[in-house]
Amino acid sequence: MKITKEVVEYVAHLSRLEFSPDEADMYTAQLDRILAYMDTLNKLDTTGIEPTTHAIPLVDVMRADETAGGLAVEESVGNAPERIDSFFKVPPIIEAE
Amino acid sequence: MTDFLDCDIAETRELLKKKELTSVELTTFYLDRIKEHDVELASYLRTTEELAMQMAQEADRRIAMGEDQPLLGVPLGIKDILCTKGVETTCASQILKGFVPPYDATVIGRLKGSGFVHLGRLNMDEFAMGSSTENSSFQVTKNPWDTTRIPGGSSGGSAAAVAAGLCSAALGTDTGGSIRQPAGLCSVVGMKPTYGRVSRYGLIAFASSLDQIGPVTRNVRDCATILRVICGHDPLDSTSIPEPVPDYLASLGREIQGMRIGLPKEYFIEGMDRDVKESVEQSVKILERNGAAIVPVSLPHSEYAVAVYYIICTAEASSNLARYDGVKYGMRVGGKDIIQMYKKTRSAGFGSEVKRRIILGTYVLSSGYYDAYYRKAGQVRTLIRQDFDKAFERCDLIVTPVSPTTAFKIGERTEDPLTMYLSDILTIPVNLAGLPAISVPCGFDATGLPIGMQIIGKPLDESTILQAAFVVEQEIGLNKIPERFRSRGYQS
Repeated sequence: MKITKEVVEYVAHLSRLEFSPDEADMYTAQLDRILAYMDTLNKLDTTGIEPTTHAIPLVDVMRADETAGGLAVEESVGNAPERIDSFFKVPPIIEAE
Repeated sequence: MTDFLDCDIAETRELLKKKELTSVELTTFYLDRIKEHDVELASYLRTTEELAMQMAQEADRRIAMGEDQPLLGVPLGIKDILCTKGVETTCASQILKGFVPPYDATVIGRLKGSGFVHLGRLNMDEFAMGSSTENSSFQVTKNPWDTTRIPGGSSGGSAAAVAAGLCSAALGTDTGGSIRQPAGLCSVVGMKPTYGRVSRYGLIAFASSLDQIGPVTRNVRDCATILRVICGHDPLDSTSIPEPVPDYLASLGREIQGMRIGLPKEYFIEGMDRDVKESVEQSVKILERNGAAIVPVSLPHSEYAVAVYYIICTAEASSNLARYDGVKYGMRVGGKDIIQMYKKTRSAGFGSEVKRRIILGTYVLSSGYYDAYYRKAGQVRTLIRQDFDKAFERCDLIVTPVSPTTAFKIGERTEDPLTMYLSDILTIPVNLAGLPAISVPCGFDATGLPIGMQIIGKPLDESTILQAAFVVEQEIGLNKIPERFRSRGYQS
């Protein structure tokens, strides 16, 4: 086994997802098979090889630090499911004593 | 008598310029065709009829003023992943249902500048994750050549709509084959440009180091026309390449005498459909007859590409999709505290393939596994790039099939994610190396299902790809719309 149901549930928590026990079983079985397939990479010796993060190498892009027009506040927050004026409204983050 | 379905974009533009046709007429023609045929195909998530008519009227005004633009008055379908100001953009996900972007993606801005008409939003796999468009949260798109089969994915809506003549052309996006594979399975032309050639600003991100926008068209000439409009540097995308854009149309019709075509032995694999193999080999012979030299090349690390891809793309996706948290846009499911709200929203809003990839991506990035998976994948990605570099020392283009098989049945691979992942085995390495590649129709199998040929080029060498694709297209001439979708063809 490459992965257990406990690990799947823990990673789900890290990803802010929650699964029913059946879903967790399904994902565990599927990910186990996928990760086993990925083990084929271990056949290769990659000692000393630099990883590629972007296929087309570009240097850092710089620009002048100048102000420019942006979205109006109403446009920026207009898609929020809940808000108060120009603020996003969310459930409690810190529990009250 | 002109049937619009037989006109390419340049010919359509001529009709518009000569006032033999108005953009309003043409737009109405396509909207009517969508009403007639898309009940069966389900390629569009939504049409934007009112907007389309406004844009068509505006185009007609601009034409009357004598303005000439490559897409002025031409109706296109847009994959529902490209932010379009004032137009609902969902990525075929419940979590973005109702999201109306306050800005245009750079490509949409470029199309608008060129005067296109926005017909509607095309279906796709949710967040572009899939190879069959079955992962859309809203509907299953059918292949116009056999409606019991998938159109490919993730740009399956784009390929099906173009193949059935439900738009002049479309935009798609390609992360591991998502333009080329559906184009191949639906007998249309699809190109993934060099990474960085087309701005990703406003493209809803799946895997940022791999995603690229490109055209899905009925022929190679239209591909060149649209490419010319959408390519170019954009300061809003830090990975955008600051190189001038050539006139892609100029390369069409040029002789390919002396061009070196590489055939990688690793791409004509065991388990490939015999008809696919033979059809691509026939097309290679066409290139040879036209003066190209066929060179055997080797891409020895190809067998590792799928494993590398599903580590890198899921890692990037797990990070990119963290933004869907029920706070800023999209749906929200309430909870007693913010963590519970996040979990309930994301669990209800994402479909099962998206969740699978988020979990996998989070796992390969998590402490203790990072080196074994993500770092390792990055290293093997380097080897895959180097394979292409070496091969391109000996040839100008590399030719392969697009997919090992023709279109499979709806539902056939949904239970088995790994088999679905392996459908993209021939297109994925191109994204890992950031190269440009096209899918061009090259035949049909014994049961009448389309086959695509992939032509891969050197970075920024889209012109040479188009030049060779045009030669194949001219000889094979497969740019046909299936007979049953020809009905009610409006004629001027």
